Amino acid sequence: MAESVVSDDMRAHIGVEGSESISEVTSTGCRLFAHAVGHTDPIFYDREAARSRGFRDVVAPPGFLGSAVFRPGERIDTDRLMARSPYRRILNGGTTFEYFEPICAGDVVRSRSKVTEYQERQGSIGPMLITFRETSYVREDGTLVAKMYGNLINY
Amino acid sequence: MAEQVYWDDVNVGDEIPTLQKNCSTQQLVVWAGASGDFYQIHYDQAFAKETGLDTIIVHGALKNAFLGQLLHDWVAPRGAVRKFGCTYRGMDYPNQDIVCKGVVMKKYIDGSNHLVDLEIWTENPSGQKTSPGTGTVTLPARG
Repeated sequence: MAESVVSDDMRAHIGVEGSESISEVTSTGCRLFAHAVGHTDPIFYDREAARSRGFRDVVAPPGFLGSAVFRPGERIDTDRLMARSPYRRILNGGTTFEYFEPICAGDVVRSRSKVTEYQERQGSIGPMLITFRETSYVREDGTLVAKMYGNLINY
Repeated sequence: MAEQVYWDDVNVGDEIPTLQKNCSTQQLVVWAGASGDFYQIHYDQAFAKETGLDTIIVHGALKNAFLGQLLHDWVAPRGAVRKFGCTYRGMDYPNQDIVCKGVVMKKYIDGSNHLVDLEIWTENPSGQKTSPGTGTVTLPARG
């Protein structure tokens, strides 16, 4: 195994929650996401359909955790991760969503991410740095609604 | 959508109904807007080729969302998708079939919840599993 590319700085970063991001779950966002996927269940499009099935409002389709609230000048998280990795190219290795409560239009969700693990491997595409991350999504009333587990591959 | 599936009627080894997709380039652009993933390898052919790809590729997260739909459509209206995800093992391309499949691996009860674990994946036209993953759903019980 070649020398580790995981610096002391990166190692110290494991388990430390990053800055908070805010996402808004809007009916428009839910519909656009559902349309992009090709969902046919009306609960992802129509408030009355959602309410008749016991939901508060239009339901966020699986994998939709709201639209990030951007402000000019703010850099997105992947830029910071790219800056930390010695490798230039990046791939999304995989994502898992875990739900604790339904997410509906009108929800404002605050999220924080942390690195949980680094793995270094020799792949068919050369040396790779795999960064495992976990993001928690909390509704405004303090309820944990979802977690996302993901890994990014730098190579 | 099909009739409600009940936990009692599910058996380990059951295959759930498949979901077939075939992305136009337009669908990838709609997804880019919906998801906020504007990486150019998913809509700009010249950019994709410069990075060494043959052509533009389907977003991994879109294939994951297809698997979310696969599970949702199976358990709706009364069941719920608790957890799902996949690894992005192989590339898929626009205008090619992507078939989403699932097999029941385990059924169990946790408190008042009737749960089912599944293996889920997308398959390309050569039959390769390009996004293998797992899912957990709740289903209503009879009686």
